[in-house]
This record gives sequence, structure tokens and C-alpha cells, in this order.
Amino acid sequence: MITGSAETVFIVWAYAGVGLVTLALIGAVWLAARRVRRRLAALEAQGIRRRSAA
Amino acid sequence: MNAFAAIVARELKLAARGGADTLTLVLFFVMVGAVVPFAIGPDRTTLARLAPGIVWIAAFLAMLLGLDRLFRADEDDGTLLLLREARLPLEMSVAGKLVAHWLLTALPVLAASPLLAVLLAMDTASWGRTALALLLGTPALTAFGVIGAAVTVSLRRGGLLAPVLVLPLCIPVLIFGVAMVAAPGGSGAALLFLSALSLVSVAFCPFAAALALRLGSE
Amino acid sequence: MTIDSAAPKPNWFSRLAHPGNFMGWSRPVLWPLGIATALLFGLGLWFALFNSPADYQMGETVRIMYVHVPNAWLSQFVYGAMFVAALGTLVWRHPLADVAQKAAAPLGATFTALALFSGALWGRPTWGTFWEWDGRMTSTLVLLFIYLGIIALWRAFDDPLRAGRIVAVVTLVGALDIPVIKLSVDWWNTLHQPESILTASGPKMPGSILTPLFVMMAAFTLLFLLLQLVSMRTEILKRRAETLSRQAAARPA
Repeated sequence: MITGSAETVFIVWAYAGVGLVTLALIGAVWLAARRVRRRLAALEAQGIRRRSAA
Repeated sequence: MNAFAAIVARELKLAARGGADTLTLVLFFVMVGAVVPFAIGPDRTTLARLAPGIVWIAAFLAMLLGLDRLFRADEDDGTLLLLREARLPLEMSVAGKLVAHWLLTALPVLAASPLLAVLLAMDTASWGRTALALLLGTPALTAFGVIGAAVTVSLRRGGLLAPVLVLPLCIPVLIFGVAMVAAPGGSGAALLFLSALSLVSVAFCPFAAALALRLGSE
Repeated sequence: MTIDSAAPKPNWFSRLAHPGNFMGWSRPVLWPLGIATALLFGLGLWFALFNSPADYQMGETVRIMYVHVPNAWLSQFVYGAMFVAALGTLVWRHPLADVAQKAAAPLGATFTALALFSGALWGRPTWGTFWEWDGRMTSTLVLLFIYLGIIALWRAFDDPLRAGRIVAVVTLVGALDIPVIKLSVDWWNTLHQPESILTASGPKMPGSILTPLFVMMAAFTLLFLLLQLVSMRTEILKRRAETLSRQAAARPA
């Protein structure tokens, strides 16, 4: 069980920093995916289809 | 004159005609060394202690400065296309450029190093070791630089990127080069490592660079 | 004999790796993979923060190791994946290889940066400074520079296919140089730092430390795989969108 100590602040910062950046990374990857899906949907809506999908 | 020598000779002639490049490089090298005391203070002991590192960084920066003109002019005027299709293998042409580039950048730096040694309060023995280290290590710097230049030749603004790519590769050269001069116990080992690094990188460079040149034009 | 019957039968790898098939099989994998990742993280954090003892040498700060070591491991593992993908691009001309390379680079860079960040926070309470030019941290910093250079190179090209091949060359050269850098930095270190406090993950690890460590490593590795698959899909879709846009532009009004 984690106990309070002088070093707790470092542990907190480490987990907080790693956690935040990891979540940001997940968010960035997910946002990029969403962006391209939207773009494809927009193109689709304009009636442009892949030749193989037509 | 065989084809390889012709490539080297061509590079040298172009550089001689192009005029100021080599002198500019030497000037830059000396100026970097001269500027450092302004930044860290003129105390002779400090300078003497930092001198090997400063000389090496100056040499490294000077090499980086000359990278862009390795391939760019040839790419622009179509010479690279000719070299790719020539009977002389592209690897040999690159090797020729490597040799010429070393002659044009490393030798002048070597020749100017005594000046830097005086400016940075190096004693003669240190300078001697520095000169030897530069002689043994600059081939590796040049080899890595050639690879970086070949990789970025097809980019419009590739000149900014080549130093970024080349720098991590050159770290071992800096480490061993400075150690050869400054490290009390390690200089013998450093000499061996440095020489090995130069030999391997020079041998390997034409293949990697030629591959990058070919891929950049596909 | 028709052309089809003359072609060699695809093995399991080429069936998986075929671009069309890839989009097909990767989609249903994402959600299970995501759930598994989340579960492992939950378990790992539980072990790391609550269900494990403090180290008798390092005290509570050993808990930082549970986020530092996975990121350090990933920084090298992802480069290894990029290296294999680079070989795929250059040697086998595999169509998905450059997509894999491109997806992995920013992920690897982030994990490397996190390794440095967590390592600094571990170093401060353990041996007094945020940064030491020791062999491991210095090599990791250089690795970060290489990752960032590769990312910059990707962005400098207009044509992703040509970019993939050139980046592959740089990745391979980097891969050959990284051991040299590691060696030289370690050697440089022995010259300059006689005090070797640097037994980063050296101390003998009792089982109570291994459990949270392995769970966190597994969690992070699955996270990388998840993000890698999503990024690869995004890149493929992006190229599809580019092609369609160009088709649209070329259409008569």
C-alpha cells in the first residue's frame, strides 16, 4: 500500500504526467481517425465513390 | 584518368571555380572557435580544458554547413540523373564526392586548427593530438553528412533537415574525438574506436547514400 | 491454365498483411484490444499503487519504475517495429510497410519522451538530480532526437510512398548507429563518472515488484498495438481520401 513520504510528490507528478500524455496520445490518434472518417463521408456525400465500390 | 578520379577532380575544379566556399567554411570554423571565449570568458585554464570539445564542435558545424552543396547543385542541373545512369556505379560516384568533400572541408579545417589552438590556449601536445583526432574522425563526419545530404536532396527545404538527421549519428565521433585529446586514460582506446568508426562509415556510406539518391528520384 | 491458378497460394501472413484484408480484420480487433488494454491498465495501476510494497532500497519511488520501465521498453520496441517495417519497405516492397513505419514514429517518440520524463522524476528523489548524463538516459535522449528527425522527414515529403522509402533508409542507418551510440555513450560515461549510482533497473527484483511491472508493461504494449492499428487505418483512409479528392478535382464540373 502506498504510504505518504517526502517522495510522494514525485510519484504523483510521474503518474500524472505519464497519464496525461498517454491520454493525450490516445486522444490525438482518435481525433485523427475521426477527422479522416469525416472527410471520407463528405466525399462520399458528394457522390464520389471508389471505382471498386461503385 | 579513370572515372572515379574524374569525379573527384570535377568536384575539386567546381569548388575552385565556385570560389569562396572553402574559404568561407574555414572562416566559419575559426569564427566559431573565436566566438566561444566571448560566451564563456577568457580564462585560460577553462578555455584549455574546453578546447578539444570546442574544436570538434566547430569542425562538426563547418561540415554541416557544407552539406547542402554536396548534391543539390547536381540535382538541380541534372547531373545526378547522368550519374545514376552512368557506367560508373552510383556508389563509386558517391564515394568520389565523399573524397572530394573531405578534401574540401576537413583538410582546410585541419589546416586552420593551429589558429584555433592558439585562440583557445591549447598547448602544442594537445593540438597535436587534436590534429590527429580530426584527421581520423572527419572522414566519419563527412560520411554521415553525405548520407544526410543524399536523403534530403529531393526535398525543397531539405537543407534544414539534414543537420537534424546527421547529428545523432555523429555523436560517437564527437565522444571519441574529444576523448582522444582530453581523456587521460582512454585516448588509446578512443583512437582505435575513432578509426574503426571512420573506416566502417566511409565503407558503408556510398551504399546507403546511393540507395537514398535512387529512391529519391523514383 | 489461368493466371489465378498459376499464382502462388498466399500464406497466412500475406493474407493478413494484404491491404484490403488488413482493413477488414483490424476493425473487429480494435474494441476487444481496447478493452483488454483498459483492464490491464486498471490491474496494473492497482498493483503499482496499492497492492505492492515499497522497495527496501528505493522506498516508495520504486513505484515510478512501473511507469518508467514500460515506456523505456516501448521506446526501443517501437523502433524495432519501425526497423522491421523499414526492411519491409525496402527489401520486400510490402505495401503496408511504409504505413506501419509512419504510424509507429510519433508513438515511439511519445513513449521515449515519457521514458525521459519519468526517468527524471525517478532520478530526483533517488540520486538528487533531474538529469544525469548517464549511459541509459543519454542514449534515450539521442533516440528521441532520432525519432523526431524521422518525424520531421516524414512531414517534409509530399509523396508518402517516396517518403516511406527514404525514411526507411534513415531508419536502417539509425538502427545500425544506435548500438554504436549506446556503446560510445557508456564508454564516455566510464571516463567521466566514476561514481556509478546507475543501477537503474539493476537491483535484484523480488516477485512483488515483478508483478506490477509486467502487468504495466503488458498494458503499455497492448496500448501501443491498439494505437498502431488505429493509426495505420487512419493513414490508409487518408490516402484513400487524397485519391478521391484528386478524382473529384479532375471531374468535369
